Amino acid sequence: MIPAPFDYEVAESAEHAVELLGQHDDAKLLAGGHSLLPLMKLRLASPSVLIDIGRVSDLSYVRDAGDRIAIGALTCYEDAHFDETLKSSCPIVAHAAGEVGDPQVRNRGTIGGSVAHGDPASDIPTIMLALNAEFVVRGPTGERTIAAADFFKGVFEVDLAPQEILTEMRVPKTSSGWSYLKFHHRAQDWATVGVAVVLGDGSNNASVALTSMGERPLRAQGVEEALAAGEDPASAARRAAEGTNPVSDPMGSSEYRRQIAPVLTRRALEEALSR
Amino acid sequence: MAQVVERPERYVGGGVPRKEDPELITGQAKYIDDINVQGMLWMAFVRSPFAHARINGVDAARANDMPGVVAVYSGADLADDWAGGLPCAWPIAGRSFPEPTTEDPRMPNHWPVAKDKACFAGDPVAVVVADSRAHAKDAAELVDVDYEPLDAVVDPERALDEGAPQIHEDLDSNEAYVWSMNNGDVDKVFSEAALVVKERYRHPRLIPNAMEPRGVLVVPAPAQEEYVLYSATQVPHILRTTLAMSLGIPESKLRVIAPDVGGGFGSKLNVYSEEAVGLALARKLNAPVKWIEERSENYLATIHGRGVIQDMEVAATEEGKILGVRVKLLADMGAYLQLVTPGIPILGAFLYHGVYDVQAYSFTCQSVFTNLTPTDAYRGAGRPEATYAIERIVDALARRVGRDPVEIRRMNFIAPFDQPREVASGLQFDSGNYGASLDKALDMVGYDLLRKDQAERRQRGDAKQLGIGLSTYIEMCGLAPSQVLAALKYGAGGWDAATIRCLPTGKVTVVTGTSPHGQGHVTSWSQIAADALGVPIEDVEVLHGDTAISPLGMDTYGSRSLSVGGIALHFAAEKIRDKVKKIAAHELEVSEEDLEWTDGKFQVRGAPDKAKTVADAAFSAWTAHSLPEGMEPGLEATFVFDPPNFTFPSGAHICAVEVDTETGLVDIVKYVAVDDCGNQINPVIVAGQVHGGIAQGIAEALYEEAVFDENGTLTTSHMGYYRVPSAAELPSFDIDSTVTPSSTNPMGVKGIGEAGTIAAPPAVVNAVIDALQPLGVNHIDMPVTPERVFSTIAEAKGGRQ
Amino acid sequence: MNGARLEAEVEPRQLLVYFLRDNLNLTGTTVGCDTTSCGACTILVDGKSVKSCTMLAVQADGTEVTTIEGMAKDGELHPLQRAFHDNHALQCGYCTPGMIMAAAGLIQRGGDMSEDDIRLGLEGNLCRCTGYHNIVKAIQQAAGEMKSSATV
Ligand SMILES: Cc1cc2nc3c(=O)[nH]c(=O)nc-3n(C[C@H](O)[C@H](O)[C@H](O)COP(=O)(O)OP(=O)(O)OC[C@H]3O[C@@H](n4cnc5c(N)ncnc54)[C@H](O)[C@@H]3O)c2cc1C
Ligand code: FES
Ligand code: FES
Repeated sequence: MIPAPFDYEVAESAEHAVELLGQHDDAKLLAGGHSLLPLMKLRLASPSVLIDIGRVSDLSYVRDAGDRIAIGALTCYEDAHFDETLKSSCPIVAHAAGEVGDPQVRNRGTIGGSVAHGDPASDIPTIMLALNAEFVVRGPTGERTIAAADFFKGVFEVDLAPQEILTEMRVPKTSSGWSYLKFHHRAQDWATVGVAVVLGDGSNNASVALTSMGERPLRAQGVEEALAAGEDPASAARRAAEGTNPVSDPMGSSEYRRQIAPVLTRRALEEALSR
Repeated sequence: MAQVVERPERYVGGGVPRKEDPELITGQAKYIDDINVQGMLWMAFVRSPFAHARINGVDAARANDMPGVVAVYSGADLADDWAGGLPCAWPIAGRSFPEPTTEDPRMPNHWPVAKDKACFAGDPVAVVVADSRAHAKDAAELVDVDYEPLDAVVDPERALDEGAPQIHEDLDSNEAYVWSMNNGDVDKVFSEAALVVKERYRHPRLIPNAMEPRGVLVVPAPAQEEYVLYSATQVPHILRTTLAMSLGIPESKLRVIAPDVGGGFGSKLNVYSEEAVGLALARKLNAPVKWIEERSENYLATIHGRGVIQDMEVAATEEGKILGVRVKLLADMGAYLQLVTPGIPILGAFLYHGVYDVQAYSFTCQSVFTNLTPTDAYRGAGRPEATYAIERIVDALARRVGRDPVEIRRMNFIAPFDQPREVASGLQFDSGNYGASLDKALDMVGYDLLRKDQAERRQRGDAKQLGIGLSTYIEMCGLAPSQVLAALKYGAGGWDAATIRCLPTGKVTVVTGTSPHGQGHVTSWSQIAADALGVPIEDVEVLHGDTAISPLGMDTYGSRSLSVGGIALHFAAEKIRDKVKKIAAHELEVSEEDLEWTDGKFQVRGAPDKAKTVADAAFSAWTAHSLPEGMEPGLEATFVFDPPNFTFPSGAHICAVEVDTETGLVDIVKYVAVDDCGNQINPVIVAGQVHGGIAQGIAEALYEEAVFDENGTLTTSHMGYYRVPSAAELPSFDIDSTVTPSSTNPMGVKGIGEAGTIAAPPAVVNAVIDALQPLGVNHIDMPVTPERVFSTIAEAKGGRQ
Repeated sequence: MNGARLEAEVEPRQLLVYFLRDNLNLTGTTVGCDTTSCGACTILVDGKSVKSCTMLAVQADGTEVTTIEGMAKDGELHPLQRAFHDNHALQCGYCTPGMIMAAAGLIQRGGDMSEDDIRLGLEGNLCRCTGYHNIVKAIQQAAGEMKSSATV
């Protein structure tokens, strides 16, 4: 319940955070703290320095950027959930943000923290993958942009160098149907399985992504292909577990996850088509 | 709810708002962790990560070097601090009841800190004392223990296998006991019956999860060799007596205080290692010592509940009339015998025939040790197990003979009765009307409409099927009388005490030997005392939970407080009134026969203006200026009540669930409960107990299980994994009651603390099975998780193909 | 801090809940778990409900913190406190401060307060005693009162 001792630094800006990261070995950025502090309390993580980026208020925003929407890394779930721009132009993000944890968690946890943490059971990374989002990352040598599809590498493993900070997520505006179905036993639980569907122009053009079905958020390629080949949603959904390798944990066995993924995918496709 | 201003005619029976609340809703309550004293040291325990391991050495060098560390002790270092091990007050020896036992109970040594061997993951192997919570914790990480891991017994069904690891070297096997009883000609009834239904039920291990973890603070007064021990406990009195014995401290030098306690549910009905160690170290170091449990630590170190496998059988006629009940239990004691571990299955031993009239009855329990956290009392203790078995099998019987579950129950109910009546297990039930609560519940739930909805869904082949489950339960409260407990080898009595002290200013102090931790005794006891003494409820103060203030008591567990401690209060009030009457007669110069107790005072018959109140008499008794010849001054009375029998609450619960047959998710759409706890002192508090009980029962049925891997490591190791349900998972409950006053006590009360937890699991599981009838599912184990439902459906489908 | 300005030096690793309890002696905020699961420690930070066991005390620098001790004003109980009492929404009381603060956060956030909304809004708060039935009723009562008193 008590973290091991550490030093604490406050970053005034993204650039400052990068600078501070350069000054310390074994430093960690602290955003909402709702992944990091629980680990530190159980002493599963004990960084020697925490660099608090939670006070960099100009990284908390949702902005209309032409054909895309830009979300600042430090936007907390609750703000994203109630954000009017997101609700009208990319509702799946607003919806999914409201599905994370509980209200208290959503008041602190950040969208950027969730993306940077790279937990395959997290909801937001799946949404980002389904949306083909782009991430803006700042490091000692400047900024780079990276596609969601390339960013998530493995369990808690993302394409971020030790001195880099994620500053922004860019998602497309969506006008067609969507769905995010998060299957969990208790409301506060993490997803046993989550399925995100974002429809393209026609019903045979959809992107489908999965939570908790492998070491990172996954695209359900089989389903996407089947849809593209003109199969109806019910039969396309049967391919949802193809190529997945979910863990067994107290939220569900690997087998069970693979068994219900098709059911949830069918339902998510139906919901998306009805929207 | 109206605020009570004037003294109403009667407080008892009314929903008086709780007197406990003001401090609790403003954050002024004092729980154990809110109490701090100057110079206090903190303990942190080093616990075995292995379920079974030899301890070859404990090296505290690195820990000792840490900031703030005062001392580090291993089990060997503390070996001389104990006069005895941790107590088990309910040793059970192998026995075939009612034959006397010929065996000695098998009781392993249980040292507060393990010396040679750790017997479960979480067993304390060393303790660190430091100047702060954080420092103690930092150092505990650096105590190096040389463990030699041993094979562990994780599955109770493997505990007695040839070659199974021997857990306790001071015993000859991993068996704790085999205890059985037989009534009627069981074998004959079973062999001659038209049909026998047999099923196997599993009760997972449950983690009680009182929201406040445990904690202890021991404050020594070195010059007097006295100790004040504060503990988040349900049992301050039991703690005082047993710790005095374990530590070799004169009981008179030990004062135990239970401050505000954040729930217990049986998990704080115990004498724990940390309490003993706290006391030992306060003595050793002459300093106050504190320990506060963390939640994940609680999951390992605080007792678990249930952990029973049942082979349940009923013999019946072709129509479904039950003739006999036979059950064999395998009970998992865990690694040690805690305070009442062995007795828990026995608390259910007499209830496996439920509310049904049967001729023959047989119960056998085999209990074994495993390398897991010890089990002990968890809300319901023994009775949820019994109720689950009989209520599940009655439904199975209904399916077998093709009758509705309502019909089969009505056919088999014991007929209504209001005087003690012997039942098949040999108990005397106090009173009961089981059909009445069922009828009411059916009406409330809209049974026929639900069945109609169900039929339609079945016809359509909906993915979401509806199921309806019944549970007509019986339980027993108020463990007593003391002679019966002696026969059951329980190490203490079943009495409780109350003292009423009438102060000269007319105020009243009630001292109770029960030790509430959420149940609202202060309010209920005030209601009883205010009515009995004719004083406003505001004038009654109820004291509890401190052995210096309330030296006589047996504490709070097993829904005993009202039916034992409350009755003691009733009789203490009678004693007070007797004395008041004498004083009144003396002062009014009339004979006692001329006085009558009306409107809360003694009036002279026919002359209502000539009257004396309890307050008047209290003042007279205090001044003692003119008391009747030979009367002692003061107005105070103590009564110790040892009930002649248990009480037997009962009722009917009905649950309707919607099961998503494609994912396995179960959703409760309706829950109706009609409970009969006899007369009610405070119906609002009764309802609260029912709500909470049902929630815990639903939790058991659908959500919770302590899961261990093959090495005996708890995998549901924290609150994120062990699924205590929140408001989002549960429905509102539709509850009502019937009233069949108990014949055991003069207030006609029975007890309601555990009823919901006892009744709910079979109602929920029966509903799930009912929903899945069209898919051919006849059995599923708890907890009914989505995954389990899913795989059960898949198996049923596979089986039918 | 509950309406007053407060300055203090803290060790970086000190959790906000321990700062409140151990340094400020505001022990109304309780601790029920070590995994951010139970909500017993819920307080308001800048009007939003947060679990004070999962926030460092230093992170609260410059914020407005309200705990259960700051809910009653001028000796008047907060409508939520009154509603919990009126509806028997507490038994042992250990979860109660967290429940009240979580409910305050929900009400402050605005939006619907149907039974389902309240239940879902309490997903991060566990109570082992009450079965939530009366807690939900109490919050409904208080939300109704606060809404009507806000509109007059
Ligand atoms: C009880 C509980 C329930 C939860 N349930 C869910 C759930 O259902 N679904 C879900 O998706 N999540 C859930 N979470 C996790 C929650 O969403 C976290 O808030 C989130 O995963 C991390 O965001 P954060 O801002 O809190 O990050 P932090 O904990 O502050 O940081 C997490 C990691 O990311 C790094 N990091 C943070 N921000 C940046 C950045 N901008 N650039 C680079 N690195 C960065 C940190 O250094 C750290 O390593 C839950 C958490 C809790 C405590
Ligand atoms: S103590 Fe903070 S959530 Fe449990
Ligand atoms: S009232 Fe006891 S935990 Fe909620």
